[in-house]
Amino acid sequence: MSDKVTLTIDGQQVTVPAGTTVLQAARMAGIEIPTLCHDPELTSPGACRLCVVEIEGMRNLPASCVTTAGDGMVVRTNSPDVIEARKTIIELLLANHPEDCLTCERTGQCRLQEYAYHYGVKGDTFHGERKQFPIDDSNPFIVRDMNKCIRCGKCVRVCEEVQGRSIYSFAYRGFDTIPATAMDTPLAESECVFCGSCVSVCPTGALTEKMMHGVGRSWELEKVKTTCPYCGVGCNFDLNVKDGKVVGVTSNAEAEVNGRALCVKGRFGYNFIHHPDRLTKPLIKKNGEFQEATWEEAINLVAEKFKEIKQEHGPDALAVFTSARCTNEENYLANKFARAVLGTNNIDHCARL
Amino acid sequence: MENLMTACCSECTHSPSQPCPDYIKCRTEGPICHDSEACRQKRQQLMDKVQVSPDKPHRRVLVCAGTGCISSGSRDVYNRMEAAVKEAGIDDCEVSITGCHGFCEQGPIVIIEPEGIFYGGVGADDVEEIVEKQLKNGEPVERLLYTEPTSGEKDKYYRDIMFYKKQERMVLKNCGHINPEKIDEYIITGGYRGLVKALTEYKPEEVIEEVKTSGLRGRGGGGFPTGLKWQFTAQAEGDQKYVVCNADEGDPGAFMDRSILEGNPHSVIEGMIIAGYAVGANEGYVYVRAEYPLAIKRLEIAIAQAEQYGILGDNIFDSGFSFKLRIKAGAGAFVCGEETALLNSIQGERGMPRVRPPFPANKGLWGKPTLLNNVETYANVPIIMEHGGRWYASRGTEKSKGTKVFALTGKVNNTGLAEVPMGITLREIIFDIGGGIKEGKQFKAVQIGGPSGGCLPAEKLDLPIDYDSLIDAGAMMGSGGLVVMDETTCMVDLARFFLTFTQNESCGKCTPCREGTKRMLEILTRITEGEGKEGDIETLERLAKSVKNTALCGLGQTAPNPILSTLRYFRDEYKAHIEKKWCPAGVCSALTVYKIDPDKCKGCTKCAKVCPVSAIKGEPKEVHEIDPEVCTKCGTCMENCKFEAIYKG
Amino acid sequence: MTNSIHEIAGADFILAIGTNTTETHPVLSLQIRKAVKEGAKLVVADPRRIELADIADVHIQHKAGSDMALLNAMAHVIIEEDLYNKEFVKERTEGFEEVVEAVKECTPEWAAGITGVDADTIREVARGYARAEKGTILYTMGITQHICGTDNVLAIANLAMLTGHIGRENTGVNPLRGQNNVQGACDMGGLPNVYPGYQRVDDPAVREKFEKAWGVKLSPKVGLTVGEMMDNALAGKLKGLFVIGENPLISDPDSNHVIEGMKKLDFLVVQDLFLTETAELADVVLPAASFAEKDGTFTNTERRVQRVRKAIEPIGDSKPDWEIIQMLANAMGYPMNYSSPEEIMKEINEVTPQYGGITYERLEKQGLQWPCPDTDHPGTRFLHEGKFARGKGKFHAVRYVDPDETPDQEYPFMLSTGRRLFHYHTGSMSRRAEGLETVYPEEYLEMNPQDAEKLGVQSGDRVKVTSRRGEIEIPVRVTERIQPGLVFASFHFRETWVNKLTNSARDPKAKIPEYKVCAVKIEKVS
Repeated sequence: MSDKVTLTIDGQQVTVPAGTTVLQAARMAGIEIPTLCHDPELTSPGACRLCVVEIEGMRNLPASCVTTAGDGMVVRTNSPDVIEARKTIIELLLANHPEDCLTCERTGQCRLQEYAYHYGVKGDTFHGERKQFPIDDSNPFIVRDMNKCIRCGKCVRVCEEVQGRSIYSFAYRGFDTIPATAMDTPLAESECVFCGSCVSVCPTGALTEKMMHGVGRSWELEKVKTTCPYCGVGCNFDLNVKDGKVVGVTSNAEAEVNGRALCVKGRFGYNFIHHPDRLTKPLIKKNGEFQEATWEEAINLVAEKFKEIKQEHGPDALAVFTSARCTNEENYLANKFARAVLGTNNIDHCARL
Repeated sequence: MENLMTACCSECTHSPSQPCPDYIKCRTEGPICHDSEACRQKRQQLMDKVQVSPDKPHRRVLVCAGTGCISSGSRDVYNRMEAAVKEAGIDDCEVSITGCHGFCEQGPIVIIEPEGIFYGGVGADDVEEIVEKQLKNGEPVERLLYTEPTSGEKDKYYRDIMFYKKQERMVLKNCGHINPEKIDEYIITGGYRGLVKALTEYKPEEVIEEVKTSGLRGRGGGGFPTGLKWQFTAQAEGDQKYVVCNADEGDPGAFMDRSILEGNPHSVIEGMIIAGYAVGANEGYVYVRAEYPLAIKRLEIAIAQAEQYGILGDNIFDSGFSFKLRIKAGAGAFVCGEETALLNSIQGERGMPRVRPPFPANKGLWGKPTLLNNVETYANVPIIMEHGGRWYASRGTEKSKGTKVFALTGKVNNTGLAEVPMGITLREIIFDIGGGIKEGKQFKAVQIGGPSGGCLPAEKLDLPIDYDSLIDAGAMMGSGGLVVMDETTCMVDLARFFLTFTQNESCGKCTPCREGTKRMLEILTRITEGEGKEGDIETLERLAKSVKNTALCGLGQTAPNPILSTLRYFRDEYKAHIEKKWCPAGVCSALTVYKIDPDKCKGCTKCAKVCPVSAIKGEPKEVHEIDPEVCTKCGTCMENCKFEAIYKG
Repeated sequence: MTNSIHEIAGADFILAIGTNTTETHPVLSLQIRKAVKEGAKLVVADPRRIELADIADVHIQHKAGSDMALLNAMAHVIIEEDLYNKEFVKERTEGFEEVVEAVKECTPEWAAGITGVDADTIREVARGYARAEKGTILYTMGITQHICGTDNVLAIANLAMLTGHIGRENTGVNPLRGQNNVQGACDMGGLPNVYPGYQRVDDPAVREKFEKAWGVKLSPKVGLTVGEMMDNALAGKLKGLFVIGENPLISDPDSNHVIEGMKKLDFLVVQDLFLTETAELADVVLPAASFAEKDGTFTNTERRVQRVRKAIEPIGDSKPDWEIIQMLANAMGYPMNYSSPEEIMKEINEVTPQYGGITYERLEKQGLQWPCPDTDHPGTRFLHEGKFARGKGKFHAVRYVDPDETPDQEYPFMLSTGRRLFHYHTGSMSRRAEGLETVYPEEYLEMNPQDAEKLGVQSGDRVKVTSRRGEIEIPVRVTERIQPGLVFASFHFRETWVNKLTNSARDPKAKIPEYKVCAVKIEKVS
């Protein structure tokens, strides 16, 4: 068997490695196919059916995310039947979805919204029952608004396949189907450890970061990729910034070590940054009480005292605790400060703790 | 000698622990491992008790113990019969239970053999009379004989009954005639010969070739060529393979698989072992719905007996082939009849379909190559092995071979299971076997293939039915449900009924099925409630097409069939509901109007008096009128009119 | 780590010893899960039934402090049963005979007596590791925070060298570093004995190089470790201390001893985000900027140097640590004029061979794993390929010793300490992250049901825990996850100041304190 196959997608010849899905092949050729339940890092359930295409010789419209590209296959991603099917699917999803895009947290980043716009679906085709679920905001981190859930199952899969926890599973049947925790309890009562991976993969506003509610619209947030200040794994993520404030942390799929995975501390442990306890001025203790001081006063005092001790007791009467939480550059300077400025090798940090 | 397994004498070398290819032959036609006339006679006696014939003294009273007959009281009949026969001192007469005859509306059914006398609707109180008249004096109990609905004549013998006459019972042959809880009866009537032949005379690939020659296609619905499926599974690479039997019979009204499991479980086991041998699998699962407790029980008994006889287990008939069989009871979800959802369910996961490909033949149970067929398909296999693929292929049509069991229900006189050769016409099934439409009404349509099937009108009555002709006509074979409808059935309401079912049974995984069936049902409901509006038909058609084209599994892809076929053949009825706010069949209560026929009304005033909302006005002795604005359509007037002057329309 | 984080997923045998990975390195633990899913055998050795044990093939619940016995017994089995990699031992190592001698008596039966682990289980695990194609050992502080911490690590190294499970992809010895930049702090000379790049201060050639680079004479004398600094402060020899981003009052063992030491200092400067417990004792407190307010780099546990990017301006008048240090240096008469962290990195490139090729320009695209000696070097995913840093890998004859404190009549329980998923270190950041504090507001003492019954306590009851150094009150959580005789708590919470109890007895080589075991007594508080 050859390790390459050549197929035709929308009239374009594409050669891909054997085993590639039609969706991947199309994307490699620069042809965009909409998807909701597909995720390159997870298994493909072929559930949302938005990525259907027409393939000559196949009955019905196969889902491209789970159809393996075959040699000589002739695929059409935009035939009238395909477009109509996609529109119908979007209409069906909108028919069971709140029309509150105006105030939805996910607005601007919502895949359903994006596709509805792209395909010109207004959401007024069907007027029937809409599921009504209470909103689960029982925990400090994740808001679950199942009214906005499109049952793509990414939360179920990311929790099982990446996090290995299986907090969610599909419960109930048919129109009532919903990803739920064991016994359908609120998240706070489940075994969830709030890594937030489910939030990072949710294509709609069904799972959102609670602490990011109301802090700004997606397009207003500046994203700054950085490295996590907690454990030594070195996860990367995006600090979301608005008006000079860090208002949230979101996954950055480009992160080398962690991909989109983060832990509860990395994703939700950022609000110490703007905590009112933050020290904002140098403090000098006078008569047992701290008093605010200028940088000049403080620096001069420290320099003077260190010089004094060095003179009286020698450099080894001084020591520096540097920090595993400072940057390399700062540690380098701390090391240089101790050795070259104070004149002592008395420098250590909490490596052993 | 108690049963076939018992050694006839000390010379007999056969036992399950010492498997031998001639085991079955030796125990029935034998002994062949040694020569002894006495032993031969002993064996013959065992055979004669089961294979009764007029030239021999043995008689059998067979009391149906299928689910249908049991629920109409056949257990009592059996108990009373056994006691009465004993009490009457009738020798050489065995009272036995059997599986289902497929004619459940006649239950409890009692058959007297060898004569083949058929008694229907037998109650415990009828037992004494049967013993007295029939068994002692050979006189039939007239009142319990079956009356033909068309001619009004009574049939004394099973073979004369029209319901059975046009049938060709191959798969159901033993159902109703042997005791399903006794493996001996299966063996004596020819059972496990196909297996012996396969294991001793055929290589696995030759078995597959035989099945391919037979032209057998999957009886579960899709009609995929069975031999090809076996071949794919045999060719698939895997250290472990499985054979799975789909006994999750989910179509409402269909009960042929249950009947086979209850009435002849060994035929399925035999088919599965042969399949295991052919594809190289040593383990099998029967996935039965938990709602079939009797089928599970009979299957358990059958498996235990087959194990005891060495027919299941290690080194079967000294062939070197081993096979184990387990039962997995399903929790009764329609979608678990879909093969990949079924596999998930066996694995203890939620019954949701998987994406295909990979097909189970390559990646099935626990990711291993798995052969999946349904009950009726496996039950055909021993027949093919015994008589040969060519013989089997001589029955049926060009592309659909053999027979198919249909579950005939609805507005026909005879309801029940009918096994007919492929290619028979609907008219033959409904009017000959089914005895025509009840109460002499007009045939309107027949729903074929269960909730996912389609609805065919009168002009299709002469269609020879097979897999392909049904698809062309907009229906499908499905599991073989046939629901007959007369003029009083509203086709929109019918579509709504089936959509209610599929919508309830949707697993919720893919968008078109989960959301689409819901919306289609909502539109249908609206139409039947008189709220239909212009454009509804077009929306339904568009939605139905999209769901059919895009749903993940067969359940979703076929869910719109009832809508599409009723729209195809009965579009005017939809239009009448929407445009004229009128239900032609008079079923949709919101769209029915009660009217008084002025020619029949005598002005007796009765209707006006009984009307709870005073919607009827009229002077005595003059024609009355119903005010449709006030009428609540309770129907009291119609019930009370002595002159049949009030009608719905 | 000798390997990269992603390589864990490719191992076929993982021994995770003394690492509560799912709580302390949650995202790294996903790689372990992935390996297990793909069929790897996972052996977890931990005195507690930690979460990772739930997915393990074997959980060795050995007695706290008995790691060496377990490891040496494994070496014994591997040698005894002739399972060692003869080619590797011959080509790449030296001192094999010493190990053979050292572990000769360490039979699994002997180890069973010390560890409480069934001898056959030890055999099975040793065989599994030896026969694996890609065996890897993961460990953290459960191995190192003992008076024999260094020897424990050497015992692990012995196993890896015996089996040749090192110097290849997916297989090696992988200590998981605990804090975001603990690796970088070590790399950058935040240690008393080495300059950046682990270049020894007592090596004259090295010293000369740095003297030239920095333009001053440098001290040849190895400096003091954290613990020794406290001892020296108490002894009146250490007068002035500059603490940057550390909170030793909470994090260091025997806190009462630390407090006394700190109080004894003439002058204490603390530079931090918050007024920590340590800062409260300071003479001067300097407000530092957080990671979000500055540029720089962190080096993670797999030696990957990654960018930290400034997202917002420093809060209030706070400043990044590098700016403050620079100001201080200038005030003390040593000129520093770095305009940005990038400029500092350029100097690091010059003096630190491992970081020679790690530039901001390259880091903009991707992280780089040291050693990365020049700008053309792609970085190093795993270490010791073909050759060890020192040439031949040296076996060390290491022997089991009892912990410094073992339970006795007066202090009948062993206390072990560690971390929790929802908090970090001394809690100065995580306890100010509202959600984390909501979900995990207080610490508790894990106790086996048998012990709880003896003490007459139930989950939620408060107990007084006393060691030879101090006492605290803490609520109890009764759990089967901990073995009888052992209790466990994290040190994140000042309200339950666990380090007042811990023992500052240190490993003689690495000077690491024995946080993992100390003797305590427990009484119910009425």
